[in-house]
Order: sequence, then C-alpha cells, then structure tokens
Amino acid sequence: MTDPTQLKLQDGSRVAVIGGGPAGSFFAYFLLDMAQRIGLELHLDLFEPRDYTVPGPTGCNMCGGIISESLVQMLATEGINLPTTVVQRGISAYLMHSDSGSVRIGTPLEEKRIGAVYRGPGPKGLKEAKWGSFDGHLLSLAATKGANVVRGRVEEVSRRDGRLAVKARGGEPGIYDLVAVTTGVNSAAHRLFEGLELEYRPPRATKTMIREYYLGEEKIARTLGSAMHVFLLNLPRLEFAAIIPKGDYATLCLLGEEIDDELLHALLGSPEVKRIMPPDLPLDQPACQCQPRINVQGAVQPFADRIVFIGDSGVTRLYKDGIGAAYRSAKSAAATAIFQGVSAADFRRHYLPALRAIEKDNMLGKLIFWVTGQIQKHSFARRAVLRMAAAEQRRASGRRWMSTVLWDMFTGSAPYREIFLRTVHPAFWARFLWENLVAILELALGRIRPASRIGADGIPQPTTRSASE
Amino acid sequence: MGMNASGLGKVYGDGEIIFRQGDSGDCMYVIQEGKVEVFLEQEGKEVSLKLCREGEFLGEMALFYREPHPASARVLGNARVLTVEKKNFLRRIQEDPTIAFRLVQTLSQRIKELGEEVAVLNRVVQECLDEQLRSHGSPS
Repeated sequence: MTDPTQLKLQDGSRVAVIGGGPAGSFFAYFLLDMAQRIGLELHLDLFEPRDYTVPGPTGCNMCGGIISESLVQMLATEGINLPTTVVQRGISAYLMHSDSGSVRIGTPLEEKRIGAVYRGPGPKGLKEAKWGSFDGHLLSLAATKGANVVRGRVEEVSRRDGRLAVKARGGEPGIYDLVAVTTGVNSAAHRLFEGLELEYRPPRATKTMIREYYLGEEKIARTLGSAMHVFLLNLPRLEFAAIIPKGDYATLCLLGEEIDDELLHALLGSPEVKRIMPPDLPLDQPACQCQPRINVQGAVQPFADRIVFIGDSGVTRLYKDGIGAAYRSAKSAAATAIFQGVSAADFRRHYLPALRAIEKDNMLGKLIFWVTGQIQKHSFARRAVLRMAAAEQRRASGRRWMSTVLWDMFTGSAPYREIFLRTVHPAFWARFLWENLVAILELALGRIRPASRIGADGIPQPTTRSASE
Repeated sequence: MGMNASGLGKVYGDGEIIFRQGDSGDCMYVIQEGKVEVFLEQEGKEVSLKLCREGEFLGEMALFYREPHPASARVLGNARVLTVEKKNFLRRIQEDPTIAFRLVQTLSQRIKELGEEVAVLNRVVQECLDEQLRSHGSPS
C-alpha cells in the first residue's frame, strides 16, 4: 500500500482527465487555476475523442442543453462568461402549459438568466453553423489554462508502481499521479477500470428522449420566443417534458421512467404541445433524435487512491441542472486534489461530503417529483397550480409562493431542499388548498373556460380568465 | 454598437442607469459586453470614479452591506449586464469558499488602485501646498 503522505500533488505531477465534457473541462480548468494560485506546476492531459466542430452525434454529448440561472451567475463570478457565439438563446421566462391554460413566470426586469446551448455545434443536418459548441467552448477554456487536449479514446488504465498508466488509442501509455474520470453514463468507459479492482460501482441510469426540430430563428421568435415551455399533463411515466428554443432549432426533452415512442406520441398529440408549435411543423419528422441515459442514482465509492469519478460518472442532480452538478463536483474534486491530497482518504473526507449533499437533496427531489406526479393525475389540482401561479404573476407585489416553487423546479436553480421548505409553509398550503377548492367547484359547475392561446414571445394572450382568481 | 439581444443578461442602452447612488441593492452585476461608468453625484455634479469593462463586477458592496449603493452606474454605448443575486452567491460561497477567489482578487486590485490614486492625490495636494507657501512666503 502506498504511503498516504506521498499522495499529494507536487511540482511536476501529472494529471489525466478522461472525458472532455463539462465535468472534465471544469475539473481541468479549476485544478490548473487553483494550482497557479498557489504556485504549483502541473502537467494535465485531457483525453477527448469527440470533435466538437462536427454537427450531429459525432460532436454531441446528448443533453437538453440548459445552463441554469445559478450556474450562469456562478460562472460569471468565476470569470467564465458565456458568449453569444455559444449561448443560442437567453431564456427569460418559463411557460407552464396544462389542459386549463398556460401561465408565464418571468425573471425580474425580463433579464435573460438561463442559457440554451447545444453541447455540440448543432443537430444532424445543421443548415448553418451560426453558434459554437458549449462543450467545445469549455474545452478551449481548459486549454487556455494549460490543459493539453489529446484527441484520442482511452483504451487502457492500469496501476504501475503505485501510479496509474493511461493509454490512448495509437499512443504510448503515460504515467499519472491522478486520474479524473468524467466519461458520464453514455459510454462503456467504466469497463476501463474493472482491472483496477476498485470498489467503484457505476451510477444507475435511465433513458430519456431528446428531439430537435428546425423552425428557423424568425419562427422561433414568433412562436416559442425566449421562454422555455414545460408541460403539466396527465401522462403516466412522464416526469417532465419541455420544449427549449435554441437559435434555429427547438429541443424537445422528455424525462421519466421507460420513455418510449408511445409516450412520445402521446405528448406530441396533446393539444398543449400543438398549441405552441407551428401548425405546419411535422412533429413526426425531427431533424435529430437521441435517447441518452441520465444518472438517477449516484455511483458507489467514486474515488480511490489517485483516481476520482466526477459529474455523471459519480453523482449528479436528479433530472435537473446536470451541468451545474458537474461544475460543483469538479470544483470540489479539484480543491481536494490541490489543497488536501489525492488519496482515497482525502477524497472521502473532502470530496464525498459534496456528493452526499447532492444525493441527500435528490431524495427530496424524488418526493417533490412524486407530489408533482400526483398533481398531474388530477385535473382540479393542475388547474389549482395554474390559477395560483397566474394570480401571483398578475400581482405587482407580494410573496409569489407557487411561482417561486415552479421556477426553481423547472430551472433547477435552487436545491430541492429549498423548494421543499417553501412548500411546507402554512401560507403556501392555505392558498393552494383554497385554489383546489375553487377549481373543484368550477369543474363541478362546468365553468371551464377555454385554454389560453400563446402569442409572440410565448406570452399567453389575455383572452381568458381561466387562470384568474 | 450592435448587441445580441439573445445573449445572457439584460441589454442596456447608451446612458441608461443600471443602479443609482442611494438605491438599495441585493445583487451585484457582471458586465457581459460593453462598458459601464461608475460615478458619484456630489452637490449636483458628477465625479467619474471608474470605467468597467467586460467581465468586471459592479455593485459588489451590496453583497456584504445592507447600505444603499455609494455610487451610480451608467452604460456607455450599449452593454449587456448579468445580475448575480446576493442569496445565491453567499450560499455558494458557504458551500465552496474558492468561489470568492476572483472577487477577493478584484477587491485587492481595487484597493491597490485606490492606494495609487491616494498617493497621486497626496502628491498633488503637497505640490499645491508647496506652491502656496512659495507664493505667500513661509509663516513667521
């Protein structure tokens, strides 16, 4: 066994990062940044086989492509501004659609606080490359900090004299003092580590579905606007569905258990989706489609001496803000490696608490999604949610209980714990129960008004009082 | 200057005020594109304090004090500016203190610049006093 006092990064130490998605690039960036601050000279090789300049699956890391409000703000304070060459659309509002109508929840001053991006340069058959890849942008930032980007797929990882040997296809093995694994859950890379006899067990994952539709900038501005559209529908197995406007395309994103074609077609056939998508758009003919897996339960023991698993390879947030979780776990792992050490004991003491905090929060997230599922099943409850949020949005001042809960849930900006604590406030329940009562009476008396129509910039037209007090 | 309205933050037009001296604030601002002038309003006159550019912070004092903004911020040309909420920022610092590195670096830089300005002002004041003494003779 290696002496733990030797498991520290020193001048000249070599670090390998396997995977150049956000977790890998953030880890490389912050590790090198912190090393420079304390005058530590490291050599870092970042292995990534993808070419982020090629549209379609070759250059894409398959994701809805939302940079949450909190992540946008934190990156800005870190000096990482996301340029307009990468952010395809700034999002300033969320629109929630249900069979009772639609409600719009916006940011103060209509500021665009959420970024809609493509992880690669764009979907298959991209007509014009107007924007760059988000992952490519982060990778170039890591390179500017001094990371040596190696365009190659890692084929072998083994232990050699207490250190780790990493061999990329067509290259010679390199010896490293620390290996960070950021390959996510959509590759078979976890097999590379089977020979190391780690206690690591990969995360449990489930399939999602992502589709891209070409609308063109002008049509997007006219129909979806700068708002993300989410759906509160009674469709079993569907946890979350959203349409995210990008530059020329719109991304349809479905999350839940066993997402399949049947569920997809049920969503596409719903009046709520048809209401917001252009009528001449063939919904059965997407420009691009994928079924990536997402991490729904974290990995077991995502570290050992000189090796750490980050981002989706370790622990991530349930359903939301996966890129934000990659940023947080990458920073925690980097700070541990620089200021504490790279032994299993160091990662257990200083990195694991950050992962446990995410996992603990996910447990509350599961409860919140379960409650949302119950609301989705009942027409009066869906109507009550909409009524309550719409009434709050019309008021110039006062606490916005439901709007804040919905905003934080949809955007993934706040921890699930905060959302949960807001929902246990008596004032929230008093108002919500009242709205349920009114909704039940309205439904019983047949006073159901037509659903709102959606106008320019995704704003519901004020032709109905369906969601009014 | 053209400014992409699809980008993150809020686009302000030429001369638009982001915050005014005396306004209460619970956020700071990060310039995404463009330039912003920070100035003091004293006895009806404006005193320019600093020109901030892309990537720089504004109004960061609001993160640490409950006092009104000590100066105003006005856009020169067009600028795209992002808000960083106090609550979000302080919560993240509590989870990850390294997030404050850049802010501390910026504040240190500003202290250094202020020190340099104080030194220049001291020299100017001293030169003025010396000049006055030379003109009127030394006091007996």
